[in-house]
Amino acid sequence: MSTITQDSPAAHDDHHDDHHHGAPKGIMRWILTTNHKDIGTLYLWFSFIMFLTGGAMAMVIRAELFQPGLQLVEPNFFNQMTTVHGLIMVFGAVMPAFTGLANWLIPMMIGAPDMALPRMNNWSFWILPFAFSILLSSLFMEGGGPNFGWTFYAPLSTTYSPDSTALFVFAVHIMGISSIMGAINVVVTIVNMRAPGMTWMKLPLFVWTWLITAFLLIAVMPVLAGVVTMVLTDKYFGTSFFDAAGGGDPVMFQHIFWFFGHPEVYIMILPSFGIISAIVPAFSRKRLFGYSSMVYATASIAILSFLVWAHHMFTTGMPVFAELFFMYCTMLIAVPTGVKVFNWVATMWRGSITFETPMLFAVAFIILFTIGGFSGLMLAITPADFQYHDTYFVVAHFHYVLVTGAIFSIMAAAYYWLPKWTGNMYSESLGRWHFWCSVISVNVLFFPMHFLGLAGMPRRIPDYAIQFADVNQIVSIGGFAFGLSQLIFLAVVIKCIRGGEKAPAKPWEGAEGLEWTIPSPAPYHSFTTPPEVK
Amino acid sequence: MDKLQRKSNKKLIIVLIFSSLGMFGFGFALVPLYDVLCDALGINGKTQSTASVYQPVVIDKSRSITVEFVSQVQSDMPWTFKPEVNTMQVHPGELIRTHFVATNLSAKHIVGQAIPSVSPGQGAAYFNKTECFCFNQQVLTAQAEADLPLIFFVDPELPDSISTLTLSYTLYNITDKGYVASTAVEQGAAR
Repeated sequence: MSTITQDSPAAHDDHHDDHHHGAPKGIMRWILTTNHKDIGTLYLWFSFIMFLTGGAMAMVIRAELFQPGLQLVEPNFFNQMTTVHGLIMVFGAVMPAFTGLANWLIPMMIGAPDMALPRMNNWSFWILPFAFSILLSSLFMEGGGPNFGWTFYAPLSTTYSPDSTALFVFAVHIMGISSIMGAINVVVTIVNMRAPGMTWMKLPLFVWTWLITAFLLIAVMPVLAGVVTMVLTDKYFGTSFFDAAGGGDPVMFQHIFWFFGHPEVYIMILPSFGIISAIVPAFSRKRLFGYSSMVYATASIAILSFLVWAHHMFTTGMPVFAELFFMYCTMLIAVPTGVKVFNWVATMWRGSITFETPMLFAVAFIILFTIGGFSGLMLAITPADFQYHDTYFVVAHFHYVLVTGAIFSIMAAAYYWLPKWTGNMYSESLGRWHFWCSVISVNVLFFPMHFLGLAGMPRRIPDYAIQFADVNQIVSIGGFAFGLSQLIFLAVVIKCIRGGEKAPAKPWEGAEGLEWTIPSPAPYHSFTTPPEVK
Repeated sequence: MDKLQRKSNKKLIIVLIFSSLGMFGFGFALVPLYDVLCDALGINGKTQSTASVYQPVVIDKSRSITVEFVSQVQSDMPWTFKPEVNTMQVHPGELIRTHFVATNLSAKHIVGQAIPSVSPGQGAAYFNKTECFCFNQQVLTAQAEADLPLIFFVDPELPDSISTLTLSYTLYNITDKGYVASTAVEQGAAR
């Protein structure tokens, strides 16, 4: 406490200065910062730390599943690991990474000096470490942390949950508030702060996809806040939203949760589409094929995402007409998604392509995300879903779309814009090592899970039947290799920050966009006078 | 930022904040909406919670419906709870009387509430109870046993696609929940 009070007068002065000069020095720069680039950096580092934390939990899961039987951890601890791994990866790794990218890139892409609401921006980042400290500390409480799966189905999260559930609820509340503030900031920035001449159909696709994502966030994060509040009052204050004994209905939990949950999965993939739509044209040295169809496809995916939630619940005993409705709506989403995939392929068609690390990740994204999309279509088929439901097939599906989808696009974005952020080129050879280690191990990790699921191995269980032993061993080895490969990425980023070949303002020959018109590294204040967009 | 932009920012922020508050409210509005929709479409297997009136109708002797009874007790509740018969054949329109048997195995006075559910869910609207223990709370004193009556008839309008109706009861211990005991019916005698 004393150090903070000693530091603050100096930091206060610095803060006044930063309107005219570069970044202030010291820790208070980061705590008090309202600069979109600083906040973007904070978000990205936070997300990477959470990625490693959630990854460490995945390693515990894979170590336990290396052999049949119970050897390393108690079943209850295993359940906590699956739950907190999911929560951290969704709310701590993927979503903050996208918010970090939005902070860094949106003002530079639309020619704005900063985000529209800098002070709120600072708050929306700095409440996140508290949320995750609360969540992680609940693991050390008596009775353990949340052990009901990241989807916290009632009555697991109400009647049967540990005493620490209130901490889980408050952590989710804080994460939700942070996301909503971030989303409001993005919408106001994009709507009101575009440079003159930057019309809607000239917006870079990353900006478009984030704008649509922000609307999804504003629409569904409050519903999540509502449903955790109902869990809280059911558990501690005697209400019966989900308790059949008091007139409630546990199936209703799933309806409300997935009303949030399905748009949420598009929140975690739409910005990826924007990233890939920037990288593929740059390294194909062609314009993006079908720009406007990309915009409309993104918007249709967002709208359809509100009509498909019950495909997560086919086995709850819905009437046939509802199952058919949700099945067809779900399959309909493959159409706009297919438009995107074909547009990327058409962009590469006859391009003069080079395969630098961002492009490697982008191409891997297109192929592997499509595999995840196909297994999603298989899951959408109602009669087939009765077999796949709650098996490792589902685990394989959503890890293909989230790891080789969302995470790979974030990696691609990091490599693509690192020269702009740091002013130095990253090490291309280390980057390739990172890519090839990741792409091989991730497939060893997740592809065999499809077969485990089809053979009937249930998810979220610490033990399994003996016939699954060999495949699980392969999966675990892939998992450890993928986890270790991410340390190469850490090495690349640190090396790039500390030095390396100086990056020109536009390090990629085919790159387009306002962010490449300012020097590398991007100055602390950019576009203080708005550029003219022709 | 100039004044004009500040003003339009403010307008947009207010709209967005109110939309997120609205969606928070919408989350809670989904609760009654869910009940209304399930009720209107008759889709989640909930049966009516008040007695229906039996009007003697034509008993459709040509058709025979299998009615199955399933009972479950909340895992930590020290009661046994079983149907008198597990399955029966009924004709649509026929008034049937059966009962369930509940026994309190503990040395304490316990209040129970049975929650019915009909499967397939679309059949729920055609399963009419003129008398059911599930309309009330059940109070069993220590070691007491009680016959819990159920009188029902299947609506002759039951769609042809349904030939089996399963009526499932789950019994919950609500002694500590502090529900109003006004509807409770003290049952049974000491064994």
